[in-house]
Amino acid sequence: MKELRLMKGNEAMAEAMIRAGYDGYFGYPITPQSEVMEYLQAERPMERTGMVVLQAESEVASINMLYGGAGSGKNVVTSSSSPGISLMQEGLSYIAGAELPCLVINVQRGGPGLGDIQPAQADYFQAVKGGGHGDYKLIVIAPASVQESSDFVKLALELSNKYRNPVMILTDGAIGQMMEKVELFPHQPRWTIEEIKEKKPWATFGKPADGERRIITSLDLLPEKLEAHNTHLQEKYRTIEKNEVRYEEIMCEDAEYIFVAYGLASRICQKTIQLLRDKGIKVGIVRPITLYPFPKDILKSYASKVKGFFVVEMNAGQMVEDVQLAVECKEKVGFYGRTGGVLPTPEEVMEAFEKSFK
Amino acid sequence: MYTELIKPENLVYTKTKVMTDKELSYCPGCGHGTAHRIIMEVIEEMGIQGETIGVAPVGCSVLAYEFMNIDVQQAAHGRAPALATAIKRLWPEKYVFTYQGDGDLAAIGTAETIHACNRGENIVIVFINNGIYGMTGGQMAPTTLPNMKSSTSPYGRDEVEMGHPLKMTELVANLPGVYYVTRQAVHKPGHVRKAKKAIRKAFENTAKKTGVSFVEIVSNCNSGWKMRPTDANQWMEDNMFPYYQLGDIKVDGLFVNK
Repeated sequence: MKELRLMKGNEAMAEAMIRAGYDGYFGYPITPQSEVMEYLQAERPMERTGMVVLQAESEVASINMLYGGAGSGKNVVTSSSSPGISLMQEGLSYIAGAELPCLVINVQRGGPGLGDIQPAQADYFQAVKGGGHGDYKLIVIAPASVQESSDFVKLALELSNKYRNPVMILTDGAIGQMMEKVELFPHQPRWTIEEIKEKKPWATFGKPADGERRIITSLDLLPEKLEAHNTHLQEKYRTIEKNEVRYEEIMCEDAEYIFVAYGLASRICQKTIQLLRDKGIKVGIVRPITLYPFPKDILKSYASKVKGFFVVEMNAGQMVEDVQLAVECKEKVGFYGRTGGVLPTPEEVMEAFEKSFK
Repeated sequence: MYTELIKPENLVYTKTKVMTDKELSYCPGCGHGTAHRIIMEVIEEMGIQGETIGVAPVGCSVLAYEFMNIDVQQAAHGRAPALATAIKRLWPEKYVFTYQGDGDLAAIGTAETIHACNRGENIVIVFINNGIYGMTGGQMAPTTLPNMKSSTSPYGRDEVEMGHPLKMTELVANLPGVYYVTRQAVHKPGHVRKAKKAIRKAFENTAKKTGVSFVEIVSNCNSGWKMRPTDANQWMEDNMFPYYQLGDIKVDGLFVNK
């Protein structure tokens, strides 16, 4: 029987952590995502599945708890919002360098600085281009609903382990706070010690009596060795780019113009394209679900077929650069964005589109 | 002519197998090698090589995992107690320890240290205090003594300008989550024996799940202090020990009366 509930995005992600079989959550309170840890603590996950939940002293500590936990072979997760995610960048770089699977959730708010606590998408560059120091990539997935918020927590566990790579769910304060119907997936058990031994032989949970000790580090003092490691990372990223691109096409079959928007902005654009279609203008949406790897090919394939692209973001224009690169500037790429936590209305998006392509 | 003496029954001492055969990267005279060795000997004697996870810092001992024949994670600067917290909570039956220098533990990692101690994590923290940043070439540390010269306090540490040497060990002893606090040294055989006993006690404590065991080792840095090794040890006795007094501070959760 389907298990349906009305939940906030933040609560749905927390419930999904328990159901997906995560071993540990480490976090620090920050608006607009504090419900994640509140929900977890209220649920007593230790009693439900044996999952550890710990409130850390800072986001710096939380991400390093993830580094420790992931390095020891456990499936671990943290969540935060923009300023907290900035604090985690050093740790994320170490985690990516040491190739540790884990999940980091960014429920974005307005920036820069302390900014505000309203929904925004201003951390796109930080999420998809690396964010911390060094050449590395996170797998970045962007839910557009409470349902996807739940489902992607489970998907992240699979993807992070498949590639030994940190995954980020990049969402925003509106999806985190809004309530929608969500179908909860069934519980899957936490990995047993036998499964950890089999699937993560590299993890540090005590040197095997008959084997070599394991070392988790991102340090390689010899430049040639470090370069070889970096080459390996880049090859892994190319594999991820080949295998893991996800996107949704909405009314694109007959479209003459393609909107490109992700997360909450894509929900707003769904109303805009209805308004435009009512006027007889054929528009569709390509919604990137993975922001890294970015769905370049589908956008490129539309480049020769449509009259133009229109990117809508809750920032001053970040993903628009990746769209321009994807379509190799063969078609006009228009842009509309609101910043600082202001949500664009479907009507003003329509107006901006019409102005751009008049 | 002595070959007839080399028999297993005559063996009085041998290098522990919990140390690797890798040549130490430390300067001659440095205390790190001895500190590594006694921790590894305790792990061997307790039979917990397969049950122990170490967390290495950033600093001279960043490469500790090259020498310790156990599972090790190398942490970002100052964050070792955060890693150890998660590892221990996710693997509650394992032995988890951090090995940190004074810059790592008492400057950049102060928050992680204080909060791991305050939560009473069931881990061992080994704190090597030599009053200087060794790896980066002898800069002032939070534990640098008053008037002590370093490359970033070339005229001596001016306490008004640069702050006071931080006694982290006394500070964490005040936290209820900390069960055992002691300050030791490893420059002479007697001190080595005492320090090893302290480390053994610390590891045994964590199995009792009574909170943090915190072992400071006051050590030397002849390279950073710009002294010959023997002079550095004498200077340590004359200057470091009066400020950082050796001995137990808290045992079994109770302060030691002195």
